[in-house]
Amino acid sequence: MAAAEEGVDLREEMADALKKSRALLCYECGKCTGICPVARFDRSFSPRSLLVKAVRGEDAALVDDVNVWSCLTCKLCDARCPAAIDYGLLTKTVRAFVHHEGGEGTCTHGGAVQALMRIMTTKELEQDRLSWVDDSIDVSKTGDTIYFVGCAPYFDVVFSETGAKTLDSAKGAIRLLNAAGVKPMLLPNERCCGHDLLWNGDVENFRMLARENLRMIEESGASRVVVSCPEGYATMKVDYPRVFGDLGFEVVHLTELLAEAIDGGSLTFAGNGETTVTFQDPCRLGRHMGIYDAPRAILSAMPGVTLVDMPHSRERAICCGVGGWMNCTSFSKMIQAARLREAKATGASTLVTACPKCEIHLKCALNDQTLKDEVQLEIADLWALAASRLG
Amino acid sequence: MPKKAERETERPPDAASPGKKARRKSVLWREIPEPKGAHAARVEEGGDGGFEPRIVAFACNWCSYPAADAAGISKLQYPPNARIIRVMCAGRIHPGFVLRALELGADGVLVSGCHFEDCHYLFGARRAAEQFEKTAEIVRMLGIGPERVRYEQISAAEAPKFAKVMHEFVEDVKKLGPSPLAGATGELEVPEAVSEETT
Repeated sequence: MAAAEEGVDLREEMADALKKSRALLCYECGKCTGICPVARFDRSFSPRSLLVKAVRGEDAALVDDVNVWSCLTCKLCDARCPAAIDYGLLTKTVRAFVHHEGGEGTCTHGGAVQALMRIMTTKELEQDRLSWVDDSIDVSKTGDTIYFVGCAPYFDVVFSETGAKTLDSAKGAIRLLNAAGVKPMLLPNERCCGHDLLWNGDVENFRMLARENLRMIEESGASRVVVSCPEGYATMKVDYPRVFGDLGFEVVHLTELLAEAIDGGSLTFAGNGETTVTFQDPCRLGRHMGIYDAPRAILSAMPGVTLVDMPHSRERAICCGVGGWMNCTSFSKMIQAARLREAKATGASTLVTACPKCEIHLKCALNDQTLKDEVQLEIADLWALAASRLG
Repeated sequence: MPKKAERETERPPDAASPGKKARRKSVLWREIPEPKGAHAARVEEGGDGGFEPRIVAFACNWCSYPAADAAGISKLQYPPNARIIRVMCAGRIHPGFVLRALELGADGVLVSGCHFEDCHYLFGARRAAEQFEKTAEIVRMLGIGPERVRYEQISAAEAPKFAKVMHEFVEDVKKLGPSPLAGATGELEVPEAVSEETT
């Protein structure tokens, strides 16, 4: 996306996105609004009306519209749209435009996460982000595989009150990699992948973060980057090449790598009690990247674990309620409560998530004691769970 | 690439962007005047002797802010590097505020609240300590020096303590030097008028 580049007219960019996203083919059937998890609770929100505003070129209305930021960018409407419109691309471009024109969404957590990300654009930053690496995991200083940790060390601190342990997830991911025979490198000064800033419309800072990451990966000489966070994966796999062209390394999601290892028989799990689980498809992994089977293959490979899918699963999965740390409202809580009730109705005792944000958001929803008593669900991270059951 | 502010002025004021709302500028930050001479020192890059840190101090309305007041009334001397921001409770100061201050170019951030047993809101002081624990850990991980942030409990009666903390903190931050984040996102700009005034 060249939105932030000098001399590039964002209006041209918008016109281009309208064409590329097939938005002009919309015949206003309203199915997007019908299926939208936000519109289900927030009657003022409608993906269709946003699209219509963009198509009509009502810039002023877009800049002032708080609903530009309410979209979860979960792409559920994409999956449903009979005209196959790419709402994801359209929303991304509209947000870049609105951001440039001075519109802003409401950042949750007082903008702490966004501030952190923008701070990371500083070139001279010497982070101390790997103090959690201990003897239980095997990492190497050189090699051809990098494990991209993502924001886990920071999320672990910022969201400690939700009970989410994102570092356990990162550690679990490395233990799984070790078990599959991979000794990954970690980048000591890795930056945020830029996903949230990109989806917040802040393309300029996204590019700075991406550039830093690409530079460090290139310097390390690695030929493969393994990512466990679906958002990091989608960003590096789709957005980095879109902005910077060929990356010169391969981006792999951990699920794919592990599913292969399980198929090849090099990765096995041991029994550790019977349990029934259900799986929350992260929107970035599922609808954005089309990976549905790999995480399920990992869950089914664990003896004693029975997987029951929710009615809304795979391409119909409902989002965890907040996208890009923006506009967390009471509607987000309603989406989360509905999702947790749905998970409970499957009879599962654990809801497995594969995205740190799903884990944080759903655990946060369980801070509501009434809901917690009602659903009595455990929320477990896929990597932490799988690592605890390694054979 | 031009800085944000420049871009705004470059753009034609009307036709090109009919939807242009007055951008919500971080007025507070842009217009904070430098302490006398500090900006000049910064520009000349005083290095050891000349660097005057920019400190943001969040002070609780019920304890530390009156303490700062009392320090002034008692004519206690302390360095003028801090911009004190009065908040109703230090428990409100979660990592977001501190990170934003650092992002916009503060060299150090002080959060000052009540002693646990004195808190006006009973649990606020504990909340402040909890929040600061997170802040400190994040700042440590960012590698910009954990001493750039400081948490203190200063009651309304402890004016000398306030002055002492200010002395210590400014000294500590001076040793660290200017924050590497200063102007990271190009948002903190000292308005022309102020720089002229101070030079």
